[in-house]
Amino acid sequence: MAKVFIYPTNSLILSDLVERFGHTPLAMMEKIHEKISTVGVDSPPMNITPEDPKHGLKYAAVEVPAGVRGRMALVGPMIDNAEAAIIVSESVAAFGCMGCARTNELTKFLIRKRDVPILELTYPRTEDEGHDFVYKIAEFLKSLPKKEAEA
Amino acid sequence: MKEEGKVKIALVSCGSEFAGVQKELESAAESLNAKLVYPEMEITALDTIGKDFGLEVASPDLKLMMARAKAVVEGIANVDGVFVATCFRCAEAAIVRNEVRRYIFENSGLPVISYSFTERTAAATLLTRMEALTTIARRKHLLAREKQTGITAGLDSGSTTTKAVIMRDNEIIGEGWVPTIKVIESAEKAFQQALDQAGLKKEDIQAIGTTGYGRFLIGDHFDAQLAQEEITVNSKGAVYLADSQRGSATVIDIGGMDNKAISVQDGIPGMFTMGGICAGASGRFLEMTAKRLGVEITELGDLAVKGIDKNVDMNSYCIVFGIQSLVNSLAKGAAPEDVAAAACHSVVEQIFEQQLQEVEVKEPLILVGGSSLIAGVPKALEALLKVEVLVPPHSQLIGAVGAALLVSGYIEQE
Repeated sequence: MAKVFIYPTNSLILSDLVERFGHTPLAMMEKIHEKISTVGVDSPPMNITPEDPKHGLKYAAVEVPAGVRGRMALVGPMIDNAEAAIIVSESVAAFGCMGCARTNELTKFLIRKRDVPILELTYPRTEDEGHDFVYKIAEFLKSLPKKEAEA
Repeated sequence: MKEEGKVKIALVSCGSEFAGVQKELESAAESLNAKLVYPEMEITALDTIGKDFGLEVASPDLKLMMARAKAVVEGIANVDGVFVATCFRCAEAAIVRNEVRRYIFENSGLPVISYSFTERTAAATLLTRMEALTTIARRKHLLAREKQTGITAGLDSGSTTTKAVIMRDNEIIGEGWVPTIKVIESAEKAFQQALDQAGLKKEDIQAIGTTGYGRFLIGDHFDAQLAQEEITVNSKGAVYLADSQRGSATVIDIGGMDNKAISVQDGIPGMFTMGGICAGASGRFLEMTAKRLGVEITELGDLAVKGIDKNVDMNSYCIVFGIQSLVNSLAKGAAPEDVAAAACHSVVEQIFEQQLQEVEVKEPLILVGGSSLIAGVPKALEALLKVEVLVPPHSQLIGAVGAALLVSGYIEQE
């Protein structure tokens, strides 16, 4: 079982596919769930506390805008933990809306820098492309080490 | 001083030509006998650089910047150092600037620094940074020096204090320390203190090295053989005093006016940052805190060690707001020791947030400068970074020691 980072980080389809093939998706939803269910966070859905952008400093220097750093405080640790990654470029918003373009650039850069298996795909626009898209993801996920390799 | 060859500095920028700062960049380089060059690359590299570099950005000029960085790393552009510059307010450039700098540093072995400019950036602001860059490129032999020989003096004309040391055969035999009021007079006084302690006269000194804000003025006055910016001098002085001349180290220098964080390898600075636009987390802030608490600056550290910083809300981003928080806390009845601890914590927090993000922290972490003697500061830094902080003996004299050490190289040349 591998921890698979997905991009867009909140794609339900990618998250579901990763789970179906026996791996653990590293997805934004889980992070947000932690945020909104942790006692002490003031007012969901405003989940980012004033401390969070400071944690994001590890991933983005101080001159990078606070919103990028706040997002990186959530995304950064997922990148650190990733054992594999799937990046889907040019996707439609419904596939996994990623609002901040600068965060997206940095996220993709940082995961590409990790020495882990990465599958990069473009979002499919036709049914054939869709089949091919899912097939490639499935093959990639099958190629990743299973539980026993981890042990 | 003999004329040295021109240093070629690659300007890796996204368009400083349009920002009103190009003349200032050229002028700073010119004054150091350096030349800015634009790394050449194939125009087709722009089509694939996003994928090649891994950072796909919208701005074509940032793509150009990454392609130029790649040309430097691949040796297509033959240069001695790299100056990476982007606009202060651009989010995308801030990301690219940081990664480009890291990429060049890790893959080329060339000295590289970066700066984010505003339209008000002046040559004087760039000078220290660019001087460090040219020194690392030009005088590596000098920076490789590990022992002081002969009798030399080092004078550090800082913004707040002027320091002097006399060294003989690798030992400090005299030291002086006075507040900086009139630059030359203060330097004379500190120098005399050091000479008296060493039992020597000016004529006995074989070579003089100067550093700090007033380095050129006092360098001319004392006919110094070496007038050198504080980044290379202090990193050399720090690893010498901490006995860490080989391998990697990180030097943090909290000065009166600005801070420096320097990543050092075998005594030679690699990446470094220097406080630029804001002096919020400097020795000055601690001085103001001591004054407001009615204690001497020398007593602030002991007071801080007894306090708990979390008991006081302190804004760490600005000297003005920081003092405001401090006054407000005292007005609400906060204990002076807690306020002192919060001030020390605030200084190291700002260094962490503003400077250490761009410099990889490698142990040993050597803390130098006058503020390192304020016990609360190393304590707060250790607590924040979770690493052991080393304050070497004579840490407040770091610049003067570094200058005395480096200038002894000139005795052997004669």
